[in-house]
Amino acid sequence: MPMGRGGGGGGGGRTGGRGGRGDKKTGDKEKGQRRPMFRRRKVCKFCADKIDDINYKDVKLLGPFVPERGKILPRRISGTCAMHQRKLQTAIKRARQIALIPYVTD
Amino acid sequence: MTGRQYELVYLLPPDTTEQQVAELHQQIEAVVSRLNGQIEKTENWGRRRLAYEIAHHKEGVYVLEVINGSGELMKELDRRLKVMDQVMRHMVVRVDQEIKVVERTRTKRQSESERRRVKRGLPPQRQPGEGRPPADADDGDDDRFDGMEG
Repeated sequence: MPMGRGGGGGGGGRTGGRGGRGDKKTGDKEKGQRRPMFRRRKVCKFCADKIDDINYKDVKLLGPFVPERGKILPRRISGTCAMHQRKLQTAIKRARQIALIPYVTD
Repeated sequence: MTGRQYELVYLLPPDTTEQQVAELHQQIEAVVSRLNGQIEKTENWGRRRLAYEIAHHKEGVYVLEVINGSGELMKELDRRLKVMDQVMRHMVVRVDQEIKVVERTRTKRQSESERRRVKRGLPPQRQPGEGRPPADADDGDDDRFDGMEG
């Protein structure tokens, strides 16, 4: 294939012009070889904003960590550090007890 | 040594009147003072939507009390609140230790930043109009993600 690696990622479609299907295929293959996917670097929200106190009364703070289903957002997704995830966990569980946050929603 | 501090939150049905809330508060106060405690603060959050139904109610009146006292006192309070029918739900949390930890980390961070600033030849406090200070330390944990971004 005449296409270079660099061209395949983003600009491929444009430089190839009306090339069409052929280009697309190389694009897919490239995905397997290397990660062109952009991953945003995850930072612990509480470390970054210097929030010391994760309080069960602060529903606004906890809200983003409780997605629709009512489960606690895992660390692997939110990027929260271990210490703060632990504190977050207790805070959410306490908030659930007094019906500030749901246990389940469906 | 300072004593323990607890937070007590309790929920009442939405149709509770102000007077009933005050009455209950007095009852609690009586128990607290009888067992040598004191109420530091009382907050009435008023009527709030519940995240889930409790006793077929969708709303509830929230009251928060910050109490200084012993464990026995809280045990007694807990027992009494369990028995009361008008209390839909209650929760006791010990807070003094956490507050201490939070204060400590805060002062530690403050003194640390002051120390760093002095070292860089700046006045210890941030001056008005000064922008974000440069991030001094990139926390090492996340560095393995760096390779993936490139």
